[in-house]
Amino acid sequence: MIYGLLFWEFFKIGLFAIGGGMVTIPFLFDLTKKYNWFSAEDLTNMIAVSQSTPGPVGVNMATYAGFQTAGVWGGIVATFGVVLPSVIIVIGVSKLLGRYKDSPWVIEIMAAIRPAVVALILLAGVELLKLSVTDRISALFGGAFFLMVYFFKKSPIFYIVLSAVLGVVLKL
Amino acid sequence: MAQLGKIFVSFFKIGLFTFGGGYAMMPLFRQELIEKRKYITEDELIDYYSIGQCTPGVIAVNVATFTGYKIQKVLGAAVATLAIILPSLLIIMVLAGILNTLADNQIVAHAFAGIRVGVIALILKEVIVLFKKAVATKFQLALFVCVLFLLFCIHFSAITVVLLAAFAGFVKRLKDR
Repeated sequence: MIYGLLFWEFFKIGLFAIGGGMVTIPFLFDLTKKYNWFSAEDLTNMIAVSQSTPGPVGVNMATYAGFQTAGVWGGIVATFGVVLPSVIIVIGVSKLLGRYKDSPWVIEIMAAIRPAVVALILLAGVELLKLSVTDRISALFGGAFFLMVYFFKKSPIFYIVLSAVLGVVLKL
Repeated sequence: MAQLGKIFVSFFKIGLFTFGGGYAMMPLFRQELIEKRKYITEDELIDYYSIGQCTPGVIAVNVATFTGYKIQKVLGAAVATLAIILPSLLIIMVLAGILNTLADNQIVAHAFAGIRVGVIALILKEVIVLFKKAVATKFQLALFVCVLFLLFCIHFSAITVVLLAAFAGFVKRLKDR
């Protein structure tokens, strides 16, 4: 039953992807290896679309991934799956807001999770890079583009549209 | 009921008009929830964000759940959460459907080949930004290096890595006490 499995996998992502939208990338990357739901290439497209459409990136990614896997119901099931753990936890935490936030246990555990999550995203980024940068032109384009993204603060949408135009012009 | 309707409209609007998620959504949260509706205070919004960062899931959704819960308990939380994700559901599925039918188009293929390279640049920049925020102590640097090493040599899943890091933080707290 694809919907049950889809729900379970996205529930797990909702439970373990701590720190926001980009953090879901390594988890979705794991799914490309585990199932034939969508490819790593699809994942890069999903990231681009999720960044340049309205709504929280993490939710957009779940909807897109679910839709690619099992159509409209897949999109709905994956989105509810990714959201449910945090809804349950937030309602639970709401009552003891201050105590949770200032608990030294929470602070130290989160301080340990954050660097690990950065490493996860870095690795997923490198894996995706190997797929996207395949020849000299795309390597040159990627390098130049990174410097631009790093030094000029423009919105992600600007860069995504620009990279699409350059992709067409350079016939990548 | 009227109250729930208002909650729904507020969060649907936020979901519809913000791009990027996380902190990018904060100005609209502030305008809609604090200034216009007076559902929450500035301090509460900052609290929700800081807790949203140490609870699992999408931060903007966490803020919606918190606010909805504050106004009208579980029902309010459910309505606010549903409202903020609904625009994503509709827009993404329509767009994904259109893009799938265009997949064979040569120009679209080139555009996406370009986008795929551009997105990697955005991810790597995000990694640098996150690294500066997440790695402040020697312990955190050691953890970062360990995780990277483990990931490159043994292919741990993302979930295993998060659990291991949480455990490391737990043990460190035990020792520090």
